[in-house]
Amino acid sequence: MTGSRTTRILGSTLLLGAVLLFFLAFVATEPDTRIDAASGDTIGQFDAVRLMYVHVPSAIVAYTAFFVTAVGSVMVLLRRSVWWDIVAGASAEIGTVAAALTLITGSIWAKPIWNTFWRWDDVRLMTTLVLFMLSLGYLAVRRLEGTAEGRAVRSAVVGLLLIVNVIVVNRSVEWWASETLHQQSTIADVEIEDLTLFTFMYSIFFGVALYVWMLIHRFRVGWLERQFERFGLDDALAARRAEADDHPTVDAAIDSSGGNS
Amino acid sequence: MLRDVGLIANKDLRAELRSRVALNQIVPFALLILVLFGFALDADSTTLATFTPGLYWVAIVLSALLAVHRSVELEAGDGASDALLLTGVTPVAVFLGKALALLAELWLLAFFLLGGVLVLYQPPVADLPLLIATILVAVIGIAAAGTLYGALISGQRARETVLPILLLPVLAPVVIGASRAFADAMATVATNGWAWLALLGAFGGSYLVIGSYSYGLVLEDFS
Repeated sequence: MTGSRTTRILGSTLLLGAVLLFFLAFVATEPDTRIDAASGDTIGQFDAVRLMYVHVPSAIVAYTAFFVTAVGSVMVLLRRSVWWDIVAGASAEIGTVAAALTLITGSIWAKPIWNTFWRWDDVRLMTTLVLFMLSLGYLAVRRLEGTAEGRAVRSAVVGLLLIVNVIVVNRSVEWWASETLHQQSTIADVEIEDLTLFTFMYSIFFGVALYVWMLIHRFRVGWLERQFERFGLDDALAARRAEADDHPTVDAAIDSSGGNS
Repeated sequence: MLRDVGLIANKDLRAELRSRVALNQIVPFALLILVLFGFALDADSTTLATFTPGLYWVAIVLSALLAVHRSVELEAGDGASDALLLTGVTPVAVFLGKALALLAELWLLAFFLLGGVLVLYQPPVADLPLLIATILVAVIGIAAAGTLYGALISGQRARETVLPILLLPVLAPVVIGASRAFADAMATVATNGWAWLALLGAFGGSYLVIGSYSYGLVLEDFS
């Protein structure tokens, strides 16, 4: 069990918070529609705007998670900290899922709005895709064989380079595309309705809180895995010896397990 | 330290000359990729000439994976990496030496493939110095990043599959930058190729510095 009083309260609150988010996103808020001043036509993102309540929090969680992974990697390299190694790994796993969710929801949103699932000349899109691929590599390194200490240092080097690579990729794609279709800071747009703006901000808060809750649980699982790796064999040997003590000879042990029958 | 760098590079290159793996396997593989691109694009000469920059650098990066893998293999058997550490050579020298050997091999491969695309795809060449400078600079980044990531997965049974996952996204800026510089040199896209060369130089320089600093950490934990 990885739950504690605090995480249970946080988890229960998040469950209620998810219900509220669903209500706000799908029922309470209106679709995005505006009247074009020139033509008089109804324009806007319509119901597709509701995807933003998942897409933007996912993107923020993904980048936050990989930032935490980079910080954890620095701490592993500086102090050989097991605690930070587990935090870095846990955060990267959540970040990878969040990055995938960002790409998927973004593509679904883009189809009706940009009339395409994918744009090669969008900097943020390409950077997130490369970040996702880099994170898969990081997770693959974490699963390589070897001692826990060796694995921690190896992962830390890759984790630290993850951020460096993302910055380089971002710069190079920016040069490459030199334009972006992404909307610029719509949060500051005064035309957004109050409830829509509230739901948008609330979805970001909810996403970050969910990330913290998952990070705590994944950290605890990681910690237990590490303890098992460290003491699991010793415990198993001790249990086997205790079993052997109950049966002083090998023959007796075999007899008792029905081996001669 | 320069002497140590030379010794390590010499060791790797001598092993390569004797085994001829690069010549007998990596060069034919690279050539095969060029031919396959031709088949895939219906051998349409206009299309091939237009897309030569991208196709060329994809071929280089894929072939570089084999070369990096080979560079890692050299230290994998018979406790060679332990023996290397016992010689007292600093990790920085080991990194720079191995990167230098890989660089020499990749430079040769890149110029060979340049000849290949000029003959097979026949793109126009508007700026030959830019073409040559791009190869010289871009390959530094590939060799430096390849040597570092190669060391990270050395001694692992799954290294053949993990290396591409790790290295290919990292080399994305090289593919972008080098393709753009080539596109300018081949006059297929209006862009400032020399500015892209600066980005490639920054990438290569960064990885040489990062690799020099972190190679020791990686080696220690595999010893």
